[in-house]
Amino acid sequence: MTTNISFSLNGDEISYEVKDHWTLLHLLREEMGLIGTKEGCGNGECGACTVIVDKLAVNSCLYLAIEVDGKTIETIEGLASNDGTLHPLQQSFVDNGGIQCGFCSPGMIMSSKALLDENPNANHEEIKHALAGNICRCTGYVQILESVEAAKGQLSGGGQ
Amino acid sequence: MSELNPNATQELSVVGKRIPKLDAALKAMGRAEYIQDIKLPGMIYGKILYSKYAHANIVKIDTSKARALSGVYAVLTGEDVPKRMKMGFYKDNPPLKKGKVCSFRDEVAAVAAISPEIAKKALDLIEIEYEELPGIFDPEKAMEKESPLVHEYHKTNVLNLPWKLHYGDVEQAQKDSAFVVEEKFTTQWVTHCCLGTSGAIALFDAKDNLTIHTNTQIPSLAQKDFLESLKAMGLENKRVRVIKPIIGGGFGSKLDTYAYEHIAILLAYATRKPVKILFDRVEEFKATSTRQPTIIFIKQGCDKNGKLTFRDMRMILDNGAYTSWGATTPSVMMMPITSLYRVENVRYDAKCVYTNNTYSQAFRGYGNPQATFAIESTLDMLAEKAGISRIDIRRLNRNQPGDVTPQGFKISSCGLSECIDAVEKELAIDGPKEKGIGMGIASLIHVGGGARIYKSDGCGAILKMDDYGKVDIFTGGTDMGQGLDNITAQIVAEELGLLVDDINVVHSDTDVCPWDVGAHASRSTFVAGNAALGAAKIVKKKILEYGSKLLEAKPEDLVLKNRTISVKGDPEKTMPIDKLLRKAHFSPGGTMLMADFFYDPANENMGKEMKGNMSVTYAFGAHGVKVKVDEETGKVQVLDYVAAHDVGRAINPLLLEGQVYGGVLMGLGYALTEEVVVQDGKTMNANFRDYKLFTAMDAIKIKAPVVETYDEHGPFGAKGIGEPGCVPTAPAIANAIYDAVGVRITTLPITPEKVLAALKEKKKRPLN
Repeated sequence: MTTNISFSLNGDEISYEVKDHWTLLHLLREEMGLIGTKEGCGNGECGACTVIVDKLAVNSCLYLAIEVDGKTIETIEGLASNDGTLHPLQQSFVDNGGIQCGFCSPGMIMSSKALLDENPNANHEEIKHALAGNICRCTGYVQILESVEAAKGQLSGGGQ
Repeated sequence: MSELNPNATQELSVVGKRIPKLDAALKAMGRAEYIQDIKLPGMIYGKILYSKYAHANIVKIDTSKARALSGVYAVLTGEDVPKRMKMGFYKDNPPLKKGKVCSFRDEVAAVAAISPEIAKKALDLIEIEYEELPGIFDPEKAMEKESPLVHEYHKTNVLNLPWKLHYGDVEQAQKDSAFVVEEKFTTQWVTHCCLGTSGAIALFDAKDNLTIHTNTQIPSLAQKDFLESLKAMGLENKRVRVIKPIIGGGFGSKLDTYAYEHIAILLAYATRKPVKILFDRVEEFKATSTRQPTIIFIKQGCDKNGKLTFRDMRMILDNGAYTSWGATTPSVMMMPITSLYRVENVRYDAKCVYTNNTYSQAFRGYGNPQATFAIESTLDMLAEKAGISRIDIRRLNRNQPGDVTPQGFKISSCGLSECIDAVEKELAIDGPKEKGIGMGIASLIHVGGGARIYKSDGCGAILKMDDYGKVDIFTGGTDMGQGLDNITAQIVAEELGLLVDDINVVHSDTDVCPWDVGAHASRSTFVAGNAALGAAKIVKKKILEYGSKLLEAKPEDLVLKNRTISVKGDPEKTMPIDKLLRKAHFSPGGTMLMADFFYDPANENMGKEMKGNMSVTYAFGAHGVKVKVDEETGKVQVLDYVAAHDVGRAINPLLLEGQVYGGVLMGLGYALTEEVVVQDGKTMNANFRDYKLFTAMDAIKIKAPVVETYDEHGPFGAKGIGEPGCVPTAPAIANAIYDAVGVRITTLPITPEKVLAALKEKKKRPLN
């Protein structure tokens, strides 16, 4: 069974014939070649596949592709500007040591973005809570939390 | 620290700076390619079938239905594996098993198909008849004569390995001791949980040369293993190219070659197509190796003043069904056992025992966390018995520069004393505290200047400069996320007066990079760093010689800085380095600047009686922790953590802190929550819900004071820091729990259930 769906992906309008059993992760990675979204477990436990659907961070490995019909999707590939300038969150992860092996980073950054888009002044506990579903084995989370804190300052500072 | 030590007095402009990881932007954009992301033209997919039993004879395998499935290119069983194709330190592990399976993770068949889905369907069509055998899962029982044998040909379950030493006279020293403590400790299976699962792509060219893209920490040693496999397959004198893509974490998990890599090779050869095998998370939990579980018996003694008199340790390690390089962890355990603190009389005996459990492997710290858990826990017990403060007993017995330990380790630089001071400064270990609150401290020694476990501990580097002032450096060293690319670039940029952006670090491709023994033993900054520095020094000499002609000055009066060569004290005489390079290249009889250098540290293999200076220098550290123990629930909350490390010199403090923070949290998981639950050989919690990793919710603030001792052998004074962060965490926690509520937990992980049980037991005991 296939279904034709339309959705917005990183600002582009897309129409795609998807098989009904495909996950959003499969559609992004295997069909569309967007490798930035990672599969760490395939069971919604590690957060490496996090993308934003209609402003909410979701595990794309558990989200059926047909469900995104009419919705707005953001993936890690959509964050940097067309001129190559990194999104403040990306830059902050780079500058503050938030990235080591990097496998969790796209999901970690997308979870952070969903949080700060909704709550630009999220406090430390709220940041920890928002990232609780994203596992990192390298950093001990210290520099990841510092990265989000630093980006928060920049994002809210830039908006004023 | 010597005033004459040049590593202590240099003025540096790139080394020592918090320069972000070179590949971080690529990773932040989602553009980094991991094995998961690589698709080669014509690539097909391999999948592995594992045993249904922990111990069983394979009576019959019928693969006909699988072979008949459309889209299946090859089905292999143990019958298809050449006899001499065996893996591991003991060469006891064929990639597909024949006749008998010895653990649940035994590979019994493999399929290559046009899609992963069809490959999986084909696995389901393979019919195997087993005859179940009694299994042996307890290493102590496995040592008994009447126990079933894991490998009949081996005649005993106890491996024939030389892990034994005795220096001084432990018996006499015990008699002479004023205080003696004795305890038994046990440690559990834990697994690496690399976020990127294991995988490999193998392909043969028209002349049967192999290229393999694989998640490895040891490109050169993996190349040797794969060459041996090709030879066993009848492919003599072939080439093997090992390419390591960006990997989603290592932590020691990739220090051997694994069955899936050799199976990918067999399938690629059988089909003459590129074959990719990629683990799912369940496979990653079940079919990759763990840290060695240990049973540890320890006795330590001191004199009436608290000076250590002896240390006597005996260990039993569950080897699992096969023998990886991890079976050599007792040789590294010897390091803390003989050399953490000054202790003259030492005895150690370790037995690695076959069982029908999963086999263990290397894991960050390589045996050191297990040994240090027992040593540092009993040191607190000894301090209490002797009536000395826990800080004092550590200060009194601390290692010092110039020491030669009983095992023959020559301590060059040593900042243990300063690390203990730093912990004491941040946390008053023996100060007053509230009910349920406790402090703990534990120290560590680790190799910091390479580790000669293999015959060579070397690393090569090739450096070339182009016409534009840029450098390509091809290093044997492997970046796996820890940041060796930065360390290499910062060292080369510093030496050549360039900026980090000028340096392109090429690594992890055996066709273009020189040999290296691998990313293990916290050796890369030291060994690969010295290799890069050696190559840069040669090129620098050439630049200075050429510059001395162009600028009409003595080479010793020239300075390289900010991409410019200039004459000291003469601001007029200056030239951009790229211009010098073009003049060198495009003059008659022209030359281009390049160099190669192979650095093999002057460390020693352990010889007779296990003696030898294993590392050129040693890393030290001390961790302090403040915990709160809830006596109602048994829950341990970490309130404060200090991890002080003697790192020689911080080449890049940003990345260094990342290594310490990450190590500490991994160590806290080891201490408190992590365990692969194994029941009769079967992994019961192969997912992130039931294998309890710390999450961001559990993250704690960690203070990481850096002690710089500027080691005379290290590149700009640096020593290794990859592993030490996770070494003393468990005993620091156990000691803090004892301080808080008076119970000594001797088995890891220290779960609330264990704390509650111990508290209950304590209440039952009559007061002395």
